[in-house]
Amino acid sequence: MERMEVVLSAPAEPDIDERTEESVDEATLADTPWQTIVWNDPVNLMSYVTYVFQKLFGYDKAKATALMMDVHQKGRATVSSGSREKVEGDVSRLHAAGLWATMQRAS
Amino acid sequence: MKAWKRQGRGDRVRYVAVLERPEASVLRGLMGQVEQMLTGRNEAAPEDELAAITGIRTGPSTPPDDPVLARLLPDFASSGEEDAGELSAALRSVNEPELIEAKLDAIATVLATCPAGGGRVELAPSQAEEWLAAVNDVRLALGVALEVTEDMPEQLPADDPRADHLPVYHWLTWLQDSLVSTLMA
Repeated sequence: MERMEVVLSAPAEPDIDERTEESVDEATLADTPWQTIVWNDPVNLMSYVTYVFQKLFGYDKAKATALMMDVHQKGRATVSSGSREKVEGDVSRLHAAGLWATMQRAS
Repeated sequence: MKAWKRQGRGDRVRYVAVLERPEASVLRGLMGQVEQMLTGRNEAAPEDELAAITGIRTGPSTPPDDPVLARLLPDFASSGEEDAGELSAALRSVNEPELIEAKLDAIATVLATCPAGGGRVELAPSQAEEWLAAVNDVRLALGVALEVTEDMPEQLPADDPRADHLPVYHWLTWLQDSLVSTLMA
């Protein structure tokens, strides 16, 4: 596991090659212009992150756990996608839960 | 304290724990500190005459200078986005007042349900969720202050200035983990 800076105000430079596209339905990717990214940080608990994914997105435990493991091991995961407004709302709810989340164009 | 327990059924499910007096005191003290920081950020927000009329508040467009507040109130846009600065600024001013309010509400729930002298804490499911969010925020704040890393040891050398505070962080980690697993069970 990589160590991360504790002061997390500035997200690390995203690496396009490491995108976790597998967590997004390929069929919907084409017409979903924005993605919600959750980044790894040293404080958030694996159990809590899984719980938040289930609670906020209605994912089952298996999917929520897989996304959490992506965050934990790869440093980031795409946890939802959709219109800009939808993704903005998702990022906002993740911030309320204390997760480190950002949004970006699906490209 | 011992691990959280679930009691009752259906609408009457409650999550219960008993906190010792020093535990309640530490928890409430830290909640108060984060509350104060968030309230301070709120008060520093720009005055807006239009907001007074419409009721739609506008927050600041720049991230907090303080690293703890910056972690609690992160930017919205991925840094790789072409217009990241502009987008984050716009979304922050729209969303930050509500985000601070949600965090303050969660802290208020902890302060209202955790007796100052310690004792029994009994939470409805929605209150338990607020506890999770508030305890997580306090852990994030401590994480910044103590420079917590993924491989943080149980104990730091005695001459490390953070040594005395680390057990509090680990205790909060345990409290949160116990509540999550009781909620998920």
